[in-house]
Amino acid sequence: MSSSPSVPRLQLSGISKRYPGCLANDRIDLSIAPGEIHALLGENGAGKSTLMKIIYGVTQPDSGEIHWQGEALKMRDPAMARSLGVGMVFQHFSLFETLSVAENIALAMGAAAGTPKQLEPKIREVSQRYGMALEPGRLVHNLSIGERQRVEIVRCLMQDIKLLILDEPTSVLTPQEADELFGTLRRLAAEGCSILFISHKLGEVRALCQNATVLRGGKVSGHCVPAECSDLQLARLMVGDAEGLESSYPKASGGLPRLRVDDLSWHNADPFGCTLSQIRLEVRSGEIVGIAGVAGNGQDELLALLSGETRLPRNEHARISLDQQPIAHLHPDARRKLGLAFVPAERLGHGAVPDMSLADNALLTAFQQGLLSKGLIQRGKVRALADQIIQRFAVKTPDADALARSLSGGNLQKFILGREILQQPKLLVAAHPTWGVDVGAAAAIHRALIALRDAGAAILVISEDLDELFQISDRIGALCSGKLSPLAATAETEAVEVGRWMAGEFAPLPPITSPLAAPAAHLS
Amino acid sequence: MLLSLEPRGQQSRAMLWLSPLLAAVLTLLSGALLFSLLGHDPLQTLHTLLIAPLADWYGVSELLVKALPILLCALGLAVAYQARIWNIGAEGQLLLGALAGSAMAIQLIDWDSRWALVWVVLAGVAAGAAWGGLTAWLRTQFNANEILTSIMLNYIALNLLLFFVHGPLKDPAGFNFPESAMFGDASRLPLVSEDGRLHAGLYFALLALVAVWVLLHKSFLGFQIKVLGLDRRAAGFVGFREKRLVWFALLVSGGLAGLAGVGEVAGPIGQLVPQVSPGYGYAAITVAFLGRLNPLGIVCASLLMALLYLGGENAQMTMNLPQAITQLFQGMMLFFLLACDVLILYRPRLKWKWASLPVLKKVAA
Repeated sequence: MSSSPSVPRLQLSGISKRYPGCLANDRIDLSIAPGEIHALLGENGAGKSTLMKIIYGVTQPDSGEIHWQGEALKMRDPAMARSLGVGMVFQHFSLFETLSVAENIALAMGAAAGTPKQLEPKIREVSQRYGMALEPGRLVHNLSIGERQRVEIVRCLMQDIKLLILDEPTSVLTPQEADELFGTLRRLAAEGCSILFISHKLGEVRALCQNATVLRGGKVSGHCVPAECSDLQLARLMVGDAEGLESSYPKASGGLPRLRVDDLSWHNADPFGCTLSQIRLEVRSGEIVGIAGVAGNGQDELLALLSGETRLPRNEHARISLDQQPIAHLHPDARRKLGLAFVPAERLGHGAVPDMSLADNALLTAFQQGLLSKGLIQRGKVRALADQIIQRFAVKTPDADALARSLSGGNLQKFILGREILQQPKLLVAAHPTWGVDVGAAAAIHRALIALRDAGAAILVISEDLDELFQISDRIGALCSGKLSPLAATAETEAVEVGRWMAGEFAPLPPITSPLAAPAAHLS
Repeated sequence: MLLSLEPRGQQSRAMLWLSPLLAAVLTLLSGALLFSLLGHDPLQTLHTLLIAPLADWYGVSELLVKALPILLCALGLAVAYQARIWNIGAEGQLLLGALAGSAMAIQLIDWDSRWALVWVVLAGVAAGAAWGGLTAWLRTQFNANEILTSIMLNYIALNLLLFFVHGPLKDPAGFNFPESAMFGDASRLPLVSEDGRLHAGLYFALLALVAVWVLLHKSFLGFQIKVLGLDRRAAGFVGFREKRLVWFALLVSGGLAGLAGVGEVAGPIGQLVPQVSPGYGYAAITVAFLGRLNPLGIVCASLLMALLYLGGENAQMTMNLPQAITQLFQGMMLFFLLACDVLILYRPRLKWKWASLPVLKKVAA
């Protein structure tokens, strides 16, 4: 086998793929040398996922050629790709929820690799070496988004790997962990492994990747060396125009307290879940509070308690209050009536019903906004609301009859956020608002959140994307193992400090003194 | 691969209507083939099965009499199935409705007032709903799978009915036959016309049809039921109460099946007998899906199912065809209907073998 440095590890020429109604890939050329870290940039829907699936053998191109180490071949299926040494970490995880971590990894590696039990020591070793804590015996359905991604990464690293494809791998890591991952990737590259790295975070692409290929609308819109390009140039290649891609917003200080969480403790019955202890939090009108943290540190539990999917018994109803009114015992619809709006982490299957139209999905949370009359649905009003959301938030869709699942992630997120904002909430809780969303849509979502803040709403954003939190939030804190760090004004802290909080390095809260104690007083 | 199916990306509107037609043509063709292989004249057999039963008003009224209980049960099932609550217990709920209605009718056998009928119908509906409510209770309280509990409750209902018809409700003047006394005229459903057996249950069915249509397509309650069925997490996220919706769906489902049951005993039969239902509650499951859980679709599907019942009896009587053959014919029809539904979401495409050859050559090179 010829593997001299001049022969690319992988070369794609003229790859095209058509799906019903869209040309996902249009004559794409791409070449990756051995040991190269190559970035693939592009908006959602630009054709990155399709291209990766073609490389990994999940789908077949309609035309074009794939050369692996100089030889033309047809990538029949993922098993063939894996046997050649291609590993892939999908953005949408390909894990079996009812199986354990070790069983999932054993399944992907084939019978020859051994039983799940035999693999456990190696899983522990690999996960420890790369700083990704993972318990092989846990069932996948108990894992959070971030933990599932760790399973995928570890699964690839356990194979003898020649080309590793990563789709937005850092979105669930703390900055320190991301740096560690980059170290790992550089080490892998130095050992000769090629890496195809998909990310929206232009900063990390610049730090890590030697070359970048940018896709737009299914076509290659440019090749560049990221280190020599500015964020704006890269963003322009990706979205065409750079309008509204500014990266800083003025900070606000907030008014009266809207949301108060008072020493909230909640015991999780799931032995692998996270138990919350003494969460103390205040969100004022006209400010955005950001909560950072690595997935699985209590975010899901806190979100469920705030939305009302988990309720506290009546005698603890004052643990959470909205405008001085206790709400911890109320159902989600009763909380919405009081002015709470909520954007959950998972867009499809939680925030929106995949198999219902956008109009029906508008009705889903807005039904208390005069869309009903004597128990009957006012179709005209529902339709008007959906059209208004689509228009005001520039949702790309044929019309309000389109099924939620037919929209791209960014578009659906704009729709969901628009649906909540148009209800003029007093308090908006948003989880991972731009997770897996392209740069253009993320900027639109950030602008919408800032506009809502300036209109006087209180906003709580829980996210794993630290850059995003620093960009939009006025005060920031972090969750670690079910405990919340003190909150600090974003302008007065920095990523390294929040990163320490994310790792649990903060002093425990002092016993409660005054309910309106300044947050800065909690800083150690 | 010679024939492949590609996803259309969205439902084809044309195929939504064309698929049942295509299925009908395929059923007729393969039915004709089947009958001619068996040595019967295919056209005449099909005529006997599908057209002869509807030759006169009596035939049409018999068709409606058969279709009514199926329709009522299937409408109720559609409500439950929209919420993905798999109630298999329509048969038991129907039997219990018939049993309770009969018990009430026997009590009121001497009444002359029309209130007797009201009480009989109410008793039937309440008993059917209660039997459905039992499933709801087991599901919401103990998280017991409703498929299993509702099937098991079917057998309990059947044996309860047999016990009562052989015991407490047996007609003392009935020569020890397992039958109740004939109901009083005041508690019988009046006939719709002089000829035939079509009874006022027709109005109940029409009322139920409109009510279920409004519920599923216009009301917010129906919307909640659909959200619960499609996406349980989204339903919880906006605060729809799952337990209440499960109770509601099963009570409606059971109540309508109970109405079907009491309609049979107070209508065409006029007394409680062991064979109240030839499996209407089970046929309704097929009908509900055949009608795509849509009330109007269910009307068509229940008429079709009733026609197949009637045609089967007709073919047995006039042509000596074994019942198995007519059941085979029914099975083919259902198979083709469901198979053709694939075309709604998928487009068939012929691929010729040589299309993939150039790629193979390049790989070999």
